[in-house]
Amino acid sequence: MRARAPDTRERWGGWAPLLLGALLLGAWELYSDLGGVEEDLLPAPHAVASALWSNGDLVWRNFTVTAEQVVLGLALALLCGFALAVATHLSPLMRRAVYPLAVGSQAVPIPVIGVLLVFWWGFGLFPKLVVIALICFFPVLVTTVDGLASVDSEQPKLLRTLDASRWQTFRFAELPAALPAALSGARIALAVGVIGAFIAETSTPSTQAYSGLGREIVTDAGGFQTPRAYAATAVLFVFAIACFHALALAERRLTPWAKPIRGDTR
Amino acid sequence: MPTELQSRREPQPLRMQDGAPIVLEHVSRVYRGRDGADVRALEQVSLRAGAGELLAVVGPSGCGKSTLLELVCGLQAADGGRVACAPAVLMPQRDLLLPWLSALDNAALALRIAGLSRVQARARADILFAELGLEGFERARPHELSGGMRQRVAFLRTLLAGKPVLCLDEPFGALDALTRYEMQDWLARTLAREPRTVVLVTHDVEEAVLLADRIAVLSARPGRVLAEIEVEIERPRVRTDPRVITLRERALGALGMGERR
Repeated sequence: MRARAPDTRERWGGWAPLLLGALLLGAWELYSDLGGVEEDLLPAPHAVASALWSNGDLVWRNFTVTAEQVVLGLALALLCGFALAVATHLSPLMRRAVYPLAVGSQAVPIPVIGVLLVFWWGFGLFPKLVVIALICFFPVLVTTVDGLASVDSEQPKLLRTLDASRWQTFRFAELPAALPAALSGARIALAVGVIGAFIAETSTPSTQAYSGLGREIVTDAGGFQTPRAYAATAVLFVFAIACFHALALAERRLTPWAKPIRGDTR
Repeated sequence: MPTELQSRREPQPLRMQDGAPIVLEHVSRVYRGRDGADVRALEQVSLRAGAGELLAVVGPSGCGKSTLLELVCGLQAADGGRVACAPAVLMPQRDLLLPWLSALDNAALALRIAGLSRVQARARADILFAELGLEGFERARPHELSGGMRQRVAFLRTLLAGKPVLCLDEPFGALDALTRYEMQDWLARTLAREPRTVVLVTHDVEEAVLLADRIAVLSARPGRVLAEIEVEIERPRVRTDPRVITLRERALGALGMGERR
C-alpha cells in the first residue's frame, strides 16, 4: 500500500489539474445555463469558446503584443532585481539606502506615473516594460538578497585561506548559492508579471494598432463584449501557466543541485 | 582519457615537501563579547611545530582552539605575543563543500582560485583523487557522498591549496566511530605521502596520540597550555599499543579527567 502510493500519484498527477479544470468548467457551465447570472456579467464557457473562435485573429495579434511585454518586462525585472540585490549585498550603505525605497516603490499606483513614463519614453514598448519591471523586480530583489546571505559564515574564511579575492568569493560561493533563490523570486515575479502587463497596457496609452490583451479586455468589458473579454482572459490564464512551466524547466537546468521545486505545475 | 590514466600511474607529490615551522610565543587574544565585556580566548599561549610535524591541540569546548587556528591562518591578529608561520590553509569543522560542484571540482577549488582553467584544475586534482581512495566519485555531488568521503574531498581541497601548513579543525568530529577510525588511518597514510606541517584541533585525545608528533593540552577559557606531550612512537600506530594508552591517559590526566573511576 505504502509502496504503491507514489506510483499512483505519478500516474494521476498529470491529469489532476485537467480534471479539476474540467470540473470547474462544468460547474460554471451549469451555473450559467441555469440562469444564475446574466450573460453580460458572466458568459457561459461555451460562449467564451465561440467568442475566442470567431475572434481568433484579433486575440492572437493582441496576445503576441502582451506576450512580448511579459517576457521582456520580466527579463528587465530579473536584471534590475538581481543587480540591486548584488549591490545591496556588497555594500551595507547601499542596502540601507535602497531597501526602503524598493519597498516604497511597491506602493506607487502605476496609473499615477503612467503618463509620466509615456512623456519620457513615448507610446512604444519601453514604458510598458518599465511598469512590469517596477511591479516584478521586488520579489527577485528580496529572495536574491537572502540567497546571497545564505552562504555559511565559515565559507568566506575558508576561501580566504585559499587566497580567494572578494570577487572570487562572490563568483565561486555567493553567486551560485543565490541562484536558486533568485529563480524562486522569478517565479513569484512571473505570477504577478501577467497582471503587470495588464496594468502596463491600461495605464500607458499606446498608438499601436494592436495594444495588447489588457487593453482589449478593458474595451470589451466596457462595450458589452463580455464573452470576448473572457476569451482574452482565458488566453492570459493559459499563458501564465505556460510561462511557469518554462521557468520550472529552466530552474531544473540551471540549478540541478537544488531541491525539487515545490508547487511545480507538472 | 588515456592521458589522465597515464598520469595517475606516476603520482607526484605536490611541491610542498616538508611544510614549514610554526612558532607562537606568548600569544593572547581578547574578544569584545556580545554584552560588551571582554572575553579572553587565549592567554600566554606558546606553541611550536617543526617543519613536517603534526601538532595536535586538545582541550575542552570553548578553549579557544578555533581562535588558535584562525591566528595561524592569519584570519585574526593576536592582541599580544608573536605568531610566526608560513602560509596556512584552513579545513573548517564542517566540510563546506559547494553543493553545485562535483567532488572533483570541489577538490580543485583552490586551483581554480589560483587562476587555472576548469580543465587544467581537474587534471591536477584527478592525479591525487585516485591516490586518496576517491576513484569513481569524481562526478558525484557532495550530497551523494558519505560523511567520510566528504571529509576526504575537503582534505584534498585543503591539500591542493599548495600551502606548507594545514590547519584542521576537528576534521572527524562529526563522523561515527568506525568511520573516524578509518579516516584517522587514512590521514596518517596521506600525510606520510604528502608531508606538511599540520595543526590538528580535536577533542579526541586518542586521535591526537595516534596522529601527532606533539600534543598541546589547552585549558578551558581563557585557553592556556596545560601540558605539552611529545609522542615518540613509530608509525603506523595502533590504538591498542600500551604506549598509546599510556600517553592517552597522560593527556586526559592533564585535562583533569584521567583515571576517574
